[in-house]
Amino acid sequence: MTAAGPAEIAIDVKGLSKSFGGREVVHDLSMQVRRGSIYGFLGPNGSGKTTTIRMLCGLLTPDGGEGTCLGFDIRRDADKIKRRVGYMTQRFSLYQDLSVRENLEFVARLYGMADPRQAARDMVQRLGLAGRERQLAGELSGGWKQRLALGACTLPNPQLLLLDEPTAGVDPKARRDFWNEIHALAAEGLTVLVSTHYMDEAERCHEIAYIAYGHLLAHGTVSEVIAQSKLTTYTVSGEDLRALTASLAGKPGVDMVAPFGTSLHVSGRDRDALDAAIAPWRDQEGLRWQPTAPSLEDVFIDLMNRSKDNFQ
Amino acid sequence: MSDAVLHNTSPEPRFGFWRRTYAMLVKEFIQLKRDRVSFAMIVMIPVMQLMLFGYAINTTPHHLPAAVLLQEDSDLGRSILKAMENTAYFRFTREVSSVAEFDDLLLSGKVLFGVEIPRGFERAVRRGDRPALLVAADATDPVAASSALSSLGMIVQTALAHDLYAGDPVTTPFEIRAHARYNPAASSRLNIVPGLVGTILTMTMLIFTALSVTREIERGTMESLLSMPIKPVEVMLGKIIPYVLVGFLQATIIIGIGVLLFGVPVMGSLLLLALLSTLFIATNLSIGYTFSTLAQNQLQAMQLSMMFFLPSILLSGFMFPFLGMPQWAQVLGECLPLTHYLRIVRAIMLKGSTLPNLQHDTIVLFGLMLFAMTVAVFRFRRTLD
Repeated sequence: MTAAGPAEIAIDVKGLSKSFGGREVVHDLSMQVRRGSIYGFLGPNGSGKTTTIRMLCGLLTPDGGEGTCLGFDIRRDADKIKRRVGYMTQRFSLYQDLSVRENLEFVARLYGMADPRQAARDMVQRLGLAGRERQLAGELSGGWKQRLALGACTLPNPQLLLLDEPTAGVDPKARRDFWNEIHALAAEGLTVLVSTHYMDEAERCHEIAYIAYGHLLAHGTVSEVIAQSKLTTYTVSGEDLRALTASLAGKPGVDMVAPFGTSLHVSGRDRDALDAAIAPWRDQEGLRWQPTAPSLEDVFIDLMNRSKDNFQ
Repeated sequence: MSDAVLHNTSPEPRFGFWRRTYAMLVKEFIQLKRDRVSFAMIVMIPVMQLMLFGYAINTTPHHLPAAVLLQEDSDLGRSILKAMENTAYFRFTREVSSVAEFDDLLLSGKVLFGVEIPRGFERAVRRGDRPALLVAADATDPVAASSALSSLGMIVQTALAHDLYAGDPVTTPFEIRAHARYNPAASSRLNIVPGLVGTILTMTMLIFTALSVTREIERGTMESLLSMPIKPVEVMLGKIIPYVLVGFLQATIIIGIGVLLFGVPVMGSLLLLALLSTLFIATNLSIGYTFSTLAQNQLQAMQLSMMFFLPSILLSGFMFPFLGMPQWAQVLGECLPLTHYLRIVRAIMLKGSTLPNLQHDTIVLFGLMLFAMTVAVFRFRRTLD
């Protein structure tokens, strides 16, 4: 990443670490997020994404490391950060026994907004929740809950949104709407850090970072991350791919074999070794081999497999 | 796959009821075992409380504090006082020099009895005038006062046993005029109804706030609350103040019923009663809130409340005379808001006491409230660490 002035950097942390009960959940994590960008935070379950996000907004104190969030020190200025950051928790954490409008008014009042009622009414309109504002938050469906939670954390006009797996368990249509909303917010100048498991969502981010076992393994734009991986991938289509999978798996030079619909992705980090390994099947009748760019998923699974060797 | 499944639609397994009950039972035991603190409390609370109350409670209190107004210094006067102390019911803690001071001590509850030996008492006895010796008792708690008062009859005889005046055993040379103040009919209802005001308020107020923080943690709302710019004091006051109003309403209902249905008088200022009741309500809410910040889950919060509520009933003077308890139990009792509120509410309703009489208890209540609030603010975790 090119060096950018502090005014253009929303999050700038170095060497963050955090342990729980002797287990290090985040290890020496450094990252920079440019203002106005959508930064995707990817990684398997338990990789330390939530812990990192919580350290950024002052909900957890880092054991080591330092940094700033919106120019404020994450250790000392938690109060100032909280006033400017909207945090959407992984689990729905608004009051289930308050109505949509009451929840929004509560948030608006907490942030000292001039006219909480009006602010809540405007947000109900913006969320398309008109007619449901009297419904209890606990009675909303998953998709609506998630919209309401996003609404609540954007209500006080934050400069930075931290979204922790906001689309988990939400249907594809609602997910698409949600991402359109996030792009609209970013276009207004908001910085968004969003953690996710979905590859299609990662591809909608301006930049991504991949974290596994507490280590930041890769970051950059999607194409940069794919290029960095140095993975060679072939797409194989044809008959009896099941037998081919069994024969290739575990062969030296073949790092990954994964079915993709009716075809197979065969990847390796070392191009020559991979070519040598697949040579016996290369010209087999009924199989079509085609070199392709690895998908983001190939890259991530490879990163995960590699990190498993390194850290476990 | 389908074959196995189809054939598996077997009827009810054998002993199905017991198997399922057993499964549930095993699960409950595992969960109970995981929650170490609750488990320790389950064992410790009954043991501790049984020991505590078993030794502390005494329904025939002895060595009750009494004041003496000595208008003359005579041998006879002294031997009467000595005889009173010998009954083991009385303990003379104060000597006063004016009737006003005498009344004040009784109004503030610092003594339960006052003995007045009038001027010229010994001479009147010698002359055979049968003078009266006044014993005033604070009868707001009839249990505490009654056995001591009933012992007075024998005192005349013992006081004179070694004396020259042991003349005619039928006509005693002086009489003891016992005066049960504030509750002359010795109606226990007059004592219990004001006490209930305090006890009911303690119970309801504690429950209102004891779950407030643990509930937010268990429902997951704490995470977003903590990510917003709110300070621990603000959370606390925001959670306590609504219930002050609820508590005030409740107190009004209980006192209203006490007055209308049970005929308990309000001798003192209703405004003062309202003000000090509000203070007591706020103190209990603060303590409940403190429990909520100490407990890790709702079960623990409930147990802490119970652990506080039981001594409040037993050691505050609600069920058993406060002054009848051993010294250490009284010290414990002094730490409970209910002890002080009981004195306040009984004094205002039955004795007509004023704020200066109740200064001490008011200050202690206030202090307990501030202490609880301070602990709560410091205990409130601002992060999820």
